[in-house]
Amino acid sequence: MSLVSARLALGWLIGGEWRAHPARLALTAVAIAIGVALGFAVHLVNGSALTSFEGALRTVNGSADVQVNATTPLGFDEALYASVSTASGVADASPVVVLRATVGKTRFTLLGLDVIRAAQVTPSLVGIAPAGIDRRTDAAFDDQALFLSSAAMRAIGTKPGDRLTVAANGRATPLRVAGALPGVAEGQAIGVVDIATAQWRFGRLGRLDRIDVKQVEGASTAALATILPRDATIGTSASDASRSAALSRAYRVNLDMLALVALLTGGFLVFSAQSLSVARRLRAFALIRTLGLPRNGIVATVALEGLAIGVIGASLGLLLGYALAYAALTRFGGDLGAGYFADGSVRLTFAPAAAVGFFSLGLLAAVAGSVLPARIAARAAPAAALRNAGEVIDPRTPVPWIPAAVLIAVGGVAALLPAIGGLPLFGFASMALILAGGIAGMPWLARTLLSPLARRPDRNVATGLAIRHLHGAPGQAATALCGIVASTALMIAMAVMVTSFRGAVDEWLGQILSDDLYLRVEGGTGYDPAAQAVLRATPGVARIAFSRQVPLTLRADRPPVTLIARPVADGEDPTLVLLDKAERLPAGTTPIWLSEPAARLYGWKVGASVTLPLAGRYAVAGIWRDYARQQGAIVIRDTDYAKATGDLTRTEAAITLRPGANSREVQRALAARSPRTLASLISIAQPATLRRYALELFDRSFAVTYLLEAVAILVGLAGVAATMSAQTIARTREFGMLRHIGVSKRQIIAMLASEGALLGLVGGIAGIALGGIMAQVLVHVINPQSFNWTMATRVPWGIVASVAGALVIAAAGTATLAGRRAIAADAVRMVREDW
Amino acid sequence: MHDRALLRVTGLAKSVPGGRELFRSLHLTAKPGQLIAIVGESGVGKSTLLNILAGLDEPDSGRVAIEDIDLHALDEDALTKIRATRIGFVFQAFHVLPYLTLRQNVALPLALVSADRQTIDARADAMLDRVGLGARGDGYARDLSGGELQRIAIARAFVHRPAIILADEPTGNLDPETAAKILDLFSKAVREDGVAAIIVTHSEAAAGIADVVLTLTATGLERRA
Repeated sequence: MSLVSARLALGWLIGGEWRAHPARLALTAVAIAIGVALGFAVHLVNGSALTSFEGALRTVNGSADVQVNATTPLGFDEALYASVSTASGVADASPVVVLRATVGKTRFTLLGLDVIRAAQVTPSLVGIAPAGIDRRTDAAFDDQALFLSSAAMRAIGTKPGDRLTVAANGRATPLRVAGALPGVAEGQAIGVVDIATAQWRFGRLGRLDRIDVKQVEGASTAALATILPRDATIGTSASDASRSAALSRAYRVNLDMLALVALLTGGFLVFSAQSLSVARRLRAFALIRTLGLPRNGIVATVALEGLAIGVIGASLGLLLGYALAYAALTRFGGDLGAGYFADGSVRLTFAPAAAVGFFSLGLLAAVAGSVLPARIAARAAPAAALRNAGEVIDPRTPVPWIPAAVLIAVGGVAALLPAIGGLPLFGFASMALILAGGIAGMPWLARTLLSPLARRPDRNVATGLAIRHLHGAPGQAATALCGIVASTALMIAMAVMVTSFRGAVDEWLGQILSDDLYLRVEGGTGYDPAAQAVLRATPGVARIAFSRQVPLTLRADRPPVTLIARPVADGEDPTLVLLDKAERLPAGTTPIWLSEPAARLYGWKVGASVTLPLAGRYAVAGIWRDYARQQGAIVIRDTDYAKATGDLTRTEAAITLRPGANSREVQRALAARSPRTLASLISIAQPATLRRYALELFDRSFAVTYLLEAVAILVGLAGVAATMSAQTIARTREFGMLRHIGVSKRQIIAMLASEGALLGLVGGIAGIALGGIMAQVLVHVINPQSFNWTMATRVPWGIVASVAGALVIAAAGTATLAGRRAIAADAVRMVREDW
Repeated sequence: MHDRALLRVTGLAKSVPGGRELFRSLHLTAKPGQLIAIVGESGVGKSTLLNILAGLDEPDSGRVAIEDIDLHALDEDALTKIRATRIGFVFQAFHVLPYLTLRQNVALPLALVSADRQTIDARADAMLDRVGLGARGDGYARDLSGGELQRIAIARAFVHRPAIILADEPTGNLDPETAAKILDLFSKAVREDGVAAIIVTHSEAAAGIADVVLTLTATGLERRA
């Protein structure tokens, strides 16, 4: 007999169960919906942000086939343009100067273009003047003409014909808004001037930042690569995309994983609910098997229920996820507050493949959570099940621990494996295996923890019965607790990781922020030597250490590292917290100090000679702790930097005050003595302010992770409530019998409260222990592999205690409430009732 | 009554896992319309015998044939099919599913093999009429008394026109008056439908409606005078 011929009966069984327990099924569907919604929303937000970010890059790049990019903002010699434009495989080339410009406080990207060349290579960047008989038609060649994208016009609040003072590279110059840039995508703030204007008016004579290249069809970039100097590199749309993806990839993957935790917890909740549903229906299943339903009919019935839960939950989840993504983009921005994508608005982009993916994951979680208990039910002998429904309790039955130990051991081994493509995939696999092992070991843990209590003589009927029930049926404890153990473990793991990370950042900030004031110029411009001398002579300033930070592109497909030119003391420098240092360097090399992420990203060791896109030979003198720049940073002595680049401008300064100097007065004096063009770009702060700002930024970037954790915990607690309630109701006849033999209602409720508290305690101990182990994987494997920084473990004892307390209270409270309902019926009827 | 045996049991033996022998060399034949009661002390193996007859348990040796089909030769799928089509069951605890309507409960054996809703409903309604619950098809188990639940169970056992009916203490949960009515209903249905019925019981009243009463002992079945 086939399942097809039994489809009517299967339909009745499923329909009947749904009519009888709509709330239970709705809860499980909602759990799946929440998991799918969180995963889909995080994915949509990340995807939309990346799409917008890549769109912005394409806009600024003007969709050239290939670009020759400067490796630093100092640019490269314009003589390279002649070589590139005549190189093999190059059809046309357009030179570009790229500046970070401001009008008042509004920032935008200012491009200097050769209009004739740009019209051939990047026509979308060519400006158009408004038509009309009284309009000039040679605006494109006017040295004061500025073309602005509509977003830039809106941000500045200007229109064609207006005159503006534009500041860039420490210079300010008046320009006339000559027209618009219709080829630039909406939302991108861009301005275009003639290249001569950009070089002459903004101090970039003889320098270029980019050459846009139109290739001969089918040509490769190999020939081009051979003629490039060190300070230039080739970029393609693929490497641009890879670079922008690399910027936030680890953060996005971590968020995706966290969102999947909620889905996993939902899957466990389905497992709990379906396990209890199956346990309650064992005799019904036995009956229909006796009547002629094949063994796999039971599995099919429960799997179909799971499928229906999955379809409803996943569909709801997709809708909810889309709404959540919209709300999150509006509220937090494209990086959910982490600060990766600072500029430009982000438009929500629907991702059909991701929708199908998350829908399928929702289905999988629901079906897998259903099939496992169904297979157990299908294996039960129908004749025996008809006589004795439910779990056969025998405290003498040994509880297996080997599968759990094997899973945890395999998880431990997986944690030792390296990252794949820069992602800690084995690390996540390790966490999943440890979690699975921990949950598989729950019955053993419950039995082991309760054995000493079960051996003690009873002092109280209620607690004695509670302990013996849990000790004899540890499988029921595991079923009730698997969801909450999973979410607790993951929450504890995340909390330990975040506490460790925050503690490490706080300690590090304390070490590096040792001066009295910090000055910074935004926008890439800075103080020339004359302006530096003026600041040095500021009253109240004892010492001022200038430094310069410039992005340095080491590989075209990776975001640039930050090159920090600053004074470095010969001995121990307290502001450079070294993790490792070279005993000696190869002769004739210039020392550089790598941040920990830079060393890990590029695989450079202390003492090794390295090639930088700067003149000279370099060697790694040390590796320093840095939690500020995830993409890596390189410290070079300011004197060596000046020798290599000729750049003497400085963008930051650390200031030590004379004893008794008034900090506020010195800040005012520093601002007043700065060049007028820098006035709106300077910020001066005290260490405490910087520290507070840094920690606020840290908390903001983790705000979404706290939210996701809270949701996972709530789903898990809902699971405890549902399963405790169902298990209690399933034991109605047991309570009836107890009342027949003289146990009072109050004693039964006390027994259930004790059971609930014990369950919560066992779940809390298991979740916290598992979370502690998983935290080690997060702190020492996933974090270094994702973000390339290391730290020591710090345990948030307050959170640990709160979670354990909340679990005990929630489990005991739910069990008590369910118990009141279960014993409300007449005792005689409770015993007589078959179902 | 026809001569053709609907149920033929030969040389059946069964021991429990501890090694204790429940019965050996057990022979039994049941013909259409024949009602056989099996009595015996608790633990003697009556329910085990019933499970073996239904193909839910395996004997140590011997054969069970239903309508000349040897159960021993069948795999699990074929045994399942035999139970769905040729056997009806009545249990002491009724086992009426609380979340199905009474009509669905009665029709369950039909719905396991067919999706023809009209035919299924018509036959279920006819069976409900036969057991005196024709107007209650849309109700649920919780609306019924014990006797009524067992009527539903009887209707479910006969609805798919099986060859044999296996009943395990069908009146064990009922008061004597209700039990008498149920036994009367059961006996009439067996004879009208020409099925062979085996009742395992402790009840003298149940044994009283049987054509043959057999006592199960360790050596097999003995006919009671």
